[in-house]
Amino acid sequence: MGSSGERLFEGADWDFQTLQRIHDACEEVARKELGLDVYPNQIEVITAEQMLDAYSSVGMPLFYKHWSFGKQFAFQEASYRKGLMGLAYEIVINSSPCISYLMEENTATMQTLVIAHAAFGHNHFFKNNYLFKQWTDADGILDYLEFAKGYIAVCEDRHGRETVERTLDAAHALMSHGVDRYPGKKTLDLRAEEKRAGERRQHEEAVFNDLWRTVPNTKAKSKAALTAERRRALLGLPQENILYFLEKTAPRLAPWQRELIRVVRHIAQYFYPQGQTKVMNEGTATYTHYRIMSRLHQQGRITDGNFLEFLQSHTNVVFQPEFDDRRYSGFNPYALGFAMMQDIERIVKNPEDEDRDWFPDIAGKGDVEGVLREIWSNYRDESFINQFLSPALIRRFRMFHLHDDPAESQGIKVDAIHDERGYRRVRRELARQYDVGFVDANIEVVDVDLDGDRRLMLRHTTVKGAQLNETDTRRVLQHLADLWTYDVALTEVDGTDKVLKEYVVSPRAAAVAA
Amino acid sequence: MVMHIVDRRLNPGSKSLENRQRFLRRAKALVQGAVKKSSQDRDIKDVLEGGEVTIPLDGMDEPRFRREGGTRDMVLPGNKKFVEGDWLQRPNQSGAKGSGAGEGDSEDAFRFVLSREEFVDLFLDDLELPDLAKRKLAETESEGIRRAGYATSGSPANISISRTVSRALARRVALRRPRKDEIEALEAELAECDDETRRRELLTLLEALKAKVKRIPFIDPIDIRYRRFETVPKPVAQAVMFCLMDVSGSMSEHMKDLAKRFYMLLYVFLKRRYKHVEIVFIRHTDRAEEVDEDTFFHGPASGGTLVSSALVAMNDIVRTRFRPADWNIYAAQASDGDNMTSDSAVTGRLLTDKILPVCQFFAYLEVGEAANYTFDMPDSSLWTLYERLRNDGEPLSMRKVSERGEIFPVFQDLFKRRTSQERV
Repeated sequence: MGSSGERLFEGADWDFQTLQRIHDACEEVARKELGLDVYPNQIEVITAEQMLDAYSSVGMPLFYKHWSFGKQFAFQEASYRKGLMGLAYEIVINSSPCISYLMEENTATMQTLVIAHAAFGHNHFFKNNYLFKQWTDADGILDYLEFAKGYIAVCEDRHGRETVERTLDAAHALMSHGVDRYPGKKTLDLRAEEKRAGERRQHEEAVFNDLWRTVPNTKAKSKAALTAERRRALLGLPQENILYFLEKTAPRLAPWQRELIRVVRHIAQYFYPQGQTKVMNEGTATYTHYRIMSRLHQQGRITDGNFLEFLQSHTNVVFQPEFDDRRYSGFNPYALGFAMMQDIERIVKNPEDEDRDWFPDIAGKGDVEGVLREIWSNYRDESFINQFLSPALIRRFRMFHLHDDPAESQGIKVDAIHDERGYRRVRRELARQYDVGFVDANIEVVDVDLDGDRRLMLRHTTVKGAQLNETDTRRVLQHLADLWTYDVALTEVDGTDKVLKEYVVSPRAAAVAA
Repeated sequence: MVMHIVDRRLNPGSKSLENRQRFLRRAKALVQGAVKKSSQDRDIKDVLEGGEVTIPLDGMDEPRFRREGGTRDMVLPGNKKFVEGDWLQRPNQSGAKGSGAGEGDSEDAFRFVLSREEFVDLFLDDLELPDLAKRKLAETESEGIRRAGYATSGSPANISISRTVSRALARRVALRRPRKDEIEALEAELAECDDETRRRELLTLLEALKAKVKRIPFIDPIDIRYRRFETVPKPVAQAVMFCLMDVSGSMSEHMKDLAKRFYMLLYVFLKRRYKHVEIVFIRHTDRAEEVDEDTFFHGPASGGTLVSSALVAMNDIVRTRFRPADWNIYAAQASDGDNMTSDSAVTGRLLTDKILPVCQFFAYLEVGEAANYTFDMPDSSLWTLYERLRNDGEPLSMRKVSERGEIFPVFQDLFKRRTSQERV
């Protein structure tokens, strides 16, 4: 197909041939000009109703059944019907092949935008970013979800829906603390995971876990008592992945319950990179679609009218309300991401003196695509902002940093603004907002009272005085205790190990009996 | 590179239906409460429309470890006038709290939309036709007959000829009964035969055969089969609902509105039980007439009040059009309670002798003015009468209503699922 002239489509209508043409045209720009490296694409056309369905199963094409997804669906349906919420134009799944859902209502221009955005922008990011490479297994995820869905359905048949639901509820409550934050020895292989699941259970059922021996041991050995050190080492403590700890060591869980916890844990882990790369991921995709659409327009493959239609949606997507605007709800990842990518393009192509000072490595380097690809592969939001948020952009967004110390009676302090003194502080604070280490509470399993009542001990190390919400914490701990089947204690301590608050929760009778 | 396009539009929709059902099942008690509450402020016409309900998140929450308080640092866009070192007033305590989508604060109420079926199901879920009505329901089942194979005895009218003949044929073949043409052939041979010994031989053979024919009848009583019929109870799948209303001058629009609401609920309820529900509107002053719905609720009328007239009219209609054996009869009477004192005896008699025996359920709804003073007033003449009848053991349900909001509780109360045979 020629690289110019031929229109991809006329008007708003499209059919599958049009989609194919659009895809090929986008691919040409994406590969030749941007040098993108993507998984094979699979484009699925769906209705608005199916889009809503997809929303409520975290965007995945298949997922196990659980009431909380129904709740989510009911909520979203209500706001969609009332017109409070528009549906996304697309959903894209980090899998190989990379599945993009397109809504049938979209016009041909919108489909072009969406294909450029999802099927190339997100797709490239999924395939190349180090976090995704490390933590997700794009080839295996769909098969694994299929397995999980089937496994949970079988469990429901065998053990009753209520019991399964209880276990899943508990696991969901701990989902945010069911991820490994630091890479382990091996990358995830979900296919093998699924195969091994059965064998592992059989093995574990056959092997007796000496830690939980209830029959008194021979005197000499038992009294020699595991020293605290050794005990913790045996249990792999401290452990911040609470779900992993439960799966491996909870004394009275049935094998299938451990498997359920494992499923929830794997899914949490699968989504873990997405939470850390929102700005970058959307920035990449938005930058990609902007480049592709502009090029298609330049080549005359879409009309001026189509391009204006595109610009309108594009502008809506990258709109950033200011803090005193009623529409403000934090930084728009599309806006921030896109602005930063464009800013990097500017720095690489036409740097000012200031940029040369701040970004000596990339300023004036000339190879925009190469620099961007490198960045897309090796950063996450926190490090990306920390490195590449330029003073020019801080000025453009007129960013400022507020410091709110409840102990301060004067009010909230403006700590830094977009000036020479403030750039670095603003940048550091913004980067910190995206740091998972700060976003999630730092809670660890620290010990188990093996000699006494088998109490599970957790510790929350507070940061900047933020403590856990009491109601929710009690509920989560209740779930945790139900899985552990003995008491669970949580201690909140500050940086100096001063105890701020203690929780102790006992398992519910039903859970113990189960 | 190869690209696949998949058209999913024709895939079965409602993939999340099961999740939704699970959610509703789990939240049943809460949703039911919300449905009742929301239906109180609704127009009855809209009761069936489904709609938005709000439930507290209690028990439906998905708790997470969340942090709050402490020192907060934030970077915001859009600075206009602040310089470093400025102090800002705190917004009144509330802080900047993100309104999560269906999650977030666990104290939050949760809003969502129920479909029409879900709404009605939940609304009527714990209601049931009273035991009393059910007992009658069993009695008034009509009986149908259906074929049930063959029998060896029965009335001659029910002889199954084909079955009888085929059995006879089988028996004849089994016993080797000589066939007619066999005998005829022998006779013909005999007629032409000249040989004496052969003739004698043939004669004995013929005689033996004829004797055998005599011994083995063409149709034996044991061959006879009768078509067998069985009677089966056939549930009556249709109901008629009588709406009786006093439209005399003392009935205000408000009262009529209350009555209307009650009728509509009853209709919805019956409609769920029976395939076919008819409604008969009878309005009365001192005369009763059957009218259409619009006239019933809106037509002008004036005159005195004779309740018995309506009962007479109803009785006539039942006799001519709705055989109690074929129809489940429900009646709801609404009135402000006024009746001519002289009419009481007639009304009572009509009810006990004619109306109540054929009705599955008879409800009397006394409607009052919005201001609650009905409760301070002495019982109306009709109420007094019905109460006496009820105390005598007649199956009457009666309630007083004066506010829109009371209609639902009263209805629910009347049809609540009951464990014992308590009287409503």
